[in-house]
Amino acid sequence: MSSREKILQQIKLNKPAETELPSRINFDSNYENTEVKFIETLAAVYTEVIVATSLADLKMKVSEMYTGVVNRATTIPFLSDWADFSLNISDPHDLETIEIAVLQAEFGVAENGAVWISDNHLPHRALPFITQNLAFVIPRNKIVNNMHDAYQILADTTGWGCFISGPSKTADIEQSLVIGAHGARSLVIFLLEEGF
Amino acid sequence: MSKSVIEHSVASETFNKDESYVNWHDETLWFVRQKRDKSAMQLPEWEELRETASQIKHYVLSHMDDLLQSFEAKAKENGIHVHWAADAAEHNEIVLGLLKKHNIDKLVKSKSMLTEECHMNDFLIQNGVDVIDSDLGERIVQLRNEPPSHIVLPAIHLKKKDIGDLFHEFLGTEAGATDPQYLTEAARQHLRDKFLTRRAALTGVNFAVAETGGFVVSTNEGNADMGAHLADIHIACMGFEKIIPKQEHLGVFLRLLARSATGQPITTYSSHFKTPREGQEMHIVILDSGRSAQLGREDFRNSLKCIRCGACMNTCPVYRRSGGHSYHNAVAGPIGSILAPNLDMTKNADLPFASTLCGSCSNVCPVKIDIHEQLYKWRQVLVKGGYVPKGKEMGVKAMSVVLSNPRFYQWSGKLGRSVMRAMPFVVNNGLNPWYKQREMPEAPTESFRDWYVRNRRE
Repeated sequence: MSSREKILQQIKLNKPAETELPSRINFDSNYENTEVKFIETLAAVYTEVIVATSLADLKMKVSEMYTGVVNRATTIPFLSDWADFSLNISDPHDLETIEIAVLQAEFGVAENGAVWISDNHLPHRALPFITQNLAFVIPRNKIVNNMHDAYQILADTTGWGCFISGPSKTADIEQSLVIGAHGARSLVIFLLEEGF
Repeated sequence: MSKSVIEHSVASETFNKDESYVNWHDETLWFVRQKRDKSAMQLPEWEELRETASQIKHYVLSHMDDLLQSFEAKAKENGIHVHWAADAAEHNEIVLGLLKKHNIDKLVKSKSMLTEECHMNDFLIQNGVDVIDSDLGERIVQLRNEPPSHIVLPAIHLKKKDIGDLFHEFLGTEAGATDPQYLTEAARQHLRDKFLTRRAALTGVNFAVAETGGFVVSTNEGNADMGAHLADIHIACMGFEKIIPKQEHLGVFLRLLARSATGQPITTYSSHFKTPREGQEMHIVILDSGRSAQLGREDFRNSLKCIRCGACMNTCPVYRRSGGHSYHNAVAGPIGSILAPNLDMTKNADLPFASTLCGSCSNVCPVKIDIHEQLYKWRQVLVKGGYVPKGKEMGVKAMSVVLSNPRFYQWSGKLGRSVMRAMPFVVNNGLNPWYKQREMPEAPTESFRDWYVRNRRE
């Protein structure tokens, strides 16, 4: 008998009497202002949230914020002439020199400041992790209250996706918080009013 | 009874030699517990979330075989290879086999307590595979040739000076440097090179979803993703109890996990893997290793609900003052002490006794495992099975005789009090285990009973 069969048989033999799933698994978070909560939560994880009224405004703000930075990549077509690093490569290892990546993401979650990014808008899964600095752009009206709401949106998932809340961090040395462990050293989130 | 491990109480004694160090360890973990409280209290539905999570996990226990099979079918549809390992040895062979097949002799690994449980690193290294742990805390303990002392905070037993000295030796940082920012940067550079050059990555699994065949890996550092997305082959290893029925259940568990662990509302990265990226190979290894036996132990099966947040360790007065290594098990603390006897009763018979049974662990557990009750029940199983040293059994038996004979109890109390008053050196010495790290109290002149009898007469 294979290990698979052995394990499954043993489980069948030993499992407890059947119980049902709880009838209620979703809870509401009633924030006075979802966007304000989102911004507050992100401030606590060292992430700035900036409103951009249009794609043109976004381009201006991004150019200003990252003046002098080379190896700029983006997945947003409108910013393609701002970028100087093409993502048109096949080996993700080639992304290692990217300094800033401005990426289109899908939505934000107010309770924990997480932003969902997935294969939908991403040519390389390694990109949000390997870049030294990271910026997400999400539609301003796409912020949900909590994770239960988030999974309602994610009913149909892609091959890979990730909630990212703040820059990479660690406190493994005497519980001292250090930003920039292995992933991005900084994160900025742009809320785009119109354009996507 | 032969034992290859140092008993918890003996190891704790060593840990307690430096009082200021123990106090620091104690306070640091208590601080993490307080952060958990603050974070939990922000959610009015916190207790309902715990109950919901516990019920979902109970459903999982009672449908484990069906859920695993549906997970496997979905994962295969998604292009993931699924392997089953009955024990640690088979698990390690599977991983080695995959690496050999691809002629890979270097592996980058993110945090996986399961591979610690299987002693996989040692096995792979003996077989010519170089394994690098990429979580900062795990890399630190790996360089020191030690296991992690905490499942979430692997290097919590170390001071920054220890790490500064270590990095000076291995990573060439300046001698005497202790700045966490500087040391972390050195590790970032050192590990970035590993991420960029290793063709195989191994990660743990926080949750595996039966409905989608996908799995979630949570980190703060981003090391699991850095490894997995750059490697040709991604191997994810999980104990079968990591399964949850539906994707929307992640809403419940991800809200509880980080808040319980460190007080963060969520970890920085919660990565959802469903299909390999183009050209990549993805494997999942599902491990039993005693879990199916634990599932059959009615009193102890709830321990399989654990989501490995570490809250029970941070709150435990014994863990905080004895350190993770004293538990000589991959998972330390209260949860480790109820999991370990299932794996080896002889080796781990001391662990359920490493507790005051105060119940704080059960109170903070996000999936409501009755940890302190299981500790109490394990003690009985272990004594009945003859796994507990005779000395402890005799002591408890003697106590039972004293406590069940009122006259004898009164007489021995009186005797004890007069001895402590007349000859305090009899108890105030190293031979008395109650004297360790404590001052013995001054013996009262009369017992409460004497006082009560006298006052009622008056």
